[in-house]
Amino acid sequence: MQGAQALRQARKQKRGNYITGATGKDASLPYPNRLNFYNTPPQEEVSLEEFEQWAIDRLRVLGEIETCLFRNNSPTEIDAVLKKLLDKYLPLNSNHSVPESERSNPKRFAGLTQERKKDHYSHFILRLAFARSEDLRRRFTRTESILFRHRFTTDDTRERTEFMNSLELDSQPVSDAEKARYAEELKAVLVSGSRMPAEKAKQMFEGEVYLKVEWDRVSDLVESRRVFLRAGKAYVPNSMLLSLVMAEFTKRLDEALIKTARVLPRLDEDDRLIPILNHLSKGFSAPEYNSSAAPSALAGDAITASQIDALSAHFPLCMRHLHTSLRREKHLKHFGRLQYGLFLKTLGLSIDEAILFWRQAFSTFTDEQFNKEYRYNIRHSYGLQGAGRNYKAYSCQQILMDHPPGTGDAHGCPYRHFSADNLNMALGTLMGVDDRSVLAGVKQDVTAKKFHLACNRVFEHMHEKELKREKDAGGGVRETIIHPNEYFDKSWSLKNPDKARGSGKENGASSQVKKEIKDEDVEMM
Amino acid sequence: MAPHSTTDHDGDDPMQDAEAIQVDENISPIKAEGTVVKDELEHIFDDDDGDDLMTDEPNAYKSSIGKIGSASAISDILSADPSDPEVMLQFYSRLFPWRQLFRWLNHAELPSTDFANREFAFTLHNDAYLRYQCYPTFETLRRDVLKLKPSRFEIGPVYSARPRDRKQVPKGSFKPLEKELVFDIDLTDYDEIRTCCSKTKICIKCWQFVTMAIKVVDVALRDDFGFEHIMWVYSGRRGAHAWVCDKKARKLDDAKRRAIATYLEVIRGGSQSGKKVNLDRPLHPHIRRSFEILQEDFKHNILENQNPFKSEKQAERLFQLLPDRQLNDALREKWESTIDRPSADKWRDIDDMAKAGASKTIIPKILLEHKQDIVLEYTYPRLDAEVSKHLNHLLKSPFVVHPGTGKVCVPIDTSKVDDFDPDNVPTVMQLLKEIDQWKDVKKEDDDGSGNTSRISDIDKTSLKPYYELFTKFVKRLLDAERPVLVKTESLDY
Repeated sequence: MQGAQALRQARKQKRGNYITGATGKDASLPYPNRLNFYNTPPQEEVSLEEFEQWAIDRLRVLGEIETCLFRNNSPTEIDAVLKKLLDKYLPLNSNHSVPESERSNPKRFAGLTQERKKDHYSHFILRLAFARSEDLRRRFTRTESILFRHRFTTDDTRERTEFMNSLELDSQPVSDAEKARYAEELKAVLVSGSRMPAEKAKQMFEGEVYLKVEWDRVSDLVESRRVFLRAGKAYVPNSMLLSLVMAEFTKRLDEALIKTARVLPRLDEDDRLIPILNHLSKGFSAPEYNSSAAPSALAGDAITASQIDALSAHFPLCMRHLHTSLRREKHLKHFGRLQYGLFLKTLGLSIDEAILFWRQAFSTFTDEQFNKEYRYNIRHSYGLQGAGRNYKAYSCQQILMDHPPGTGDAHGCPYRHFSADNLNMALGTLMGVDDRSVLAGVKQDVTAKKFHLACNRVFEHMHEKELKREKDAGGGVRETIIHPNEYFDKSWSLKNPDKARGSGKENGASSQVKKEIKDEDVEMM
Repeated sequence: MAPHSTTDHDGDDPMQDAEAIQVDENISPIKAEGTVVKDELEHIFDDDDGDDLMTDEPNAYKSSIGKIGSASAISDILSADPSDPEVMLQFYSRLFPWRQLFRWLNHAELPSTDFANREFAFTLHNDAYLRYQCYPTFETLRRDVLKLKPSRFEIGPVYSARPRDRKQVPKGSFKPLEKELVFDIDLTDYDEIRTCCSKTKICIKCWQFVTMAIKVVDVALRDDFGFEHIMWVYSGRRGAHAWVCDKKARKLDDAKRRAIATYLEVIRGGSQSGKKVNLDRPLHPHIRRSFEILQEDFKHNILENQNPFKSEKQAERLFQLLPDRQLNDALREKWESTIDRPSADKWRDIDDMAKAGASKTIIPKILLEHKQDIVLEYTYPRLDAEVSKHLNHLLKSPFVVHPGTGKVCVPIDTSKVDDFDPDNVPTVMQLLKEIDQWKDVKKEDDDGSGNTSRISDIDKTSLKPYYELFTKFVKRLLDAERPVLVKTESLDY
């Protein structure tokens, strides 16, 4: 106990020194460290414009992180994406960005303070916006943790240590005697798998400093057996502190969000902030396919109702299934019409052609029935009736998560909603996929609940030749498809390379899907 | 669906709910429960050997049998089927340690929500499965069990409200809060490496797999994770369960349970995945320690008793796991002439041939590592990890009877784990017979005038040592749970 207290004292002292050292005079500087654990809420006033702008800027960053997650990007890929984005929207420079000689100049440090203030305030504004539901909280914690990890790992080593010391993590130092007692075990864990020469391992171990924490504070390190355990304590080497810090960050944020959610209804609030908060939480939606940024499916030509049968060769399995169900049943139930209709609309089917298409498809209905029951719905989905909202085609995420299909429904994601046997059958009859290794791969993806990967696997199989050609021609990086329309666009342009627009085609895919504040929301404001 | 794997059993099944409600109304209307609590509180302190209290009580049930012929022994008139409801009734009313079960799950003497909000799930004789049952005290639980005569029952988590009230509380606020950390070892997971038996059969030879697993897991839970209250229970046929009852273990969330299960997991991969043990070197201290425990057992339990590389086909499996083709060819040639060469000799041949220079490409260190991996592949615990990973997984209660074997799920004494033989575990029929025989002896001695009523039925049977083991375990747990005087400091946040 005493040891811990002494340590804390030492830390405080160290931090104090550092702050004075950094600024030359002011120990009560609001943001001595670049990194922030967001323990203290903002106390000062901000303008309404700043309130909103800062939140939107941070939201852009978090949205991009979520897109990256959705694409299964690796941490390195995410870091690369974030670096650019953060410079633009949420820069956070280290103390060292100001030359030592100028740090005493309050003006120079004021720039850093302002950046840190924006980071601090925007985080807390978004807490208010995202505390309201469990889903939003989960996504917020997840993306914020990744943002924090990015900053933590790119931080200057010395400043990171200072920051670490400022956190009062519930840990005990491991004494030299204890380190010696467990030397063999600790060394084994430290160099495990590295096949490091004994001399180098010894050196590395000797240079390592250990902390002892309750094992469940670093359960990810325990899970992968990367720490030594004794009597419920995990021995964490300094080099693995990231894991400890991340666990702590996530834990504190989770708890704070739950507390925020509890007080949210009692927020004594004028009506200026609530709409902004509502708007913000809506803006944090799944990655969206942006049809205007997409190269028009058929190189600018409008699509007609009569072309759809032919075009369906380029449809992903979900749409192919909807299409064949429609042809077979001469009918689709509500969500099926919505999922398929919006997909066709985004494909470029005009309202008149859409009405024609559905009228012909529902061939067992009389004109009167059709006009009464369905015409309004179709016009509504084009924004010509009712609320006048310009609905967008469902993304894979929406198809996966919203409205699971019931009996008689043909919508949904076949990879998720079909039984294994039916999925294999559908892949065979609808997509012509009977390659065993592909089917086995699909099964694996589905078991791992990576439905979009299964879909991408089928896509890659069906476009094997074209993809190879593109690659040989030095074609761009392939990214995971996360939207049915993206699937169509890619499929169509791969099969019709001469008709596809030349310029911007290669990187078109990355610009198609982007996080954005939806137009309809902007109109609402 | 096996009740065992009901991680997320659909509680909305209308059939089941109808049954559940029926049970509610017939047996423990809420008002009556209140009075029971009061009665219970009065009883609690008057008898320290609680189970005696119970064993005297169910005269009603005894008399119904008495009608058939009081002179004849109970076990004679019952069918030999251990899952016969009448057998169950006798067992639950005379032998089941209700009081200790209650203390174990309640963590205190006075009834608390630890027990009252705990889910029990019954498997009835018509195979109906009743979930979300709960009881304020062991008396109400016992009464329901005597009424329903389930062939077995399972224990689930403690919820945030009474499981029966789950429909009444606001949506989302009915959540599992805590449950013992549990582990499940089942010999069917060893079928690809055990040669003596398969499927549901077991013998003392293959039971050694379970013994080895208990040794390795138990020491890891104690030394590495610092858990103290670990009870191993024979699962009634071909496996064992561990209940880790420390407060800290009970409160673990799913992610942390998963962390422990994965930490303990060494054998990875399915039937088509080839070499299943692939470990980084140097070995993690937990693996190193496990290896040292298992190394000796490997010689006796595996090489001698299982003889796993005997046939040509089995030897091929060994070749798959060895690193060097040239060495394999040399071994194959040597063994061709001596087809039935015992596995122990074959195992020795590997090193002998390598030393004799049978292969020019072999690296001794790599061979050693592969041999270690093989030892682990044939001895290291194969846990059913899913059982451990979820807070809301149900697990069969200790001391229930396995419906297939009639054996009681008794605790295993880990200090004598090598001596445990599932063949010696009493069956329910045997226990009931022991009660009868004990009486007979006494009658002769005491001329029928002896005051035998003070001796509980458990004490008359070979269940006694297991019962005492359980009682001791529960006492230690309760001692540890007893609240310590809280210092005012802890209020400081």
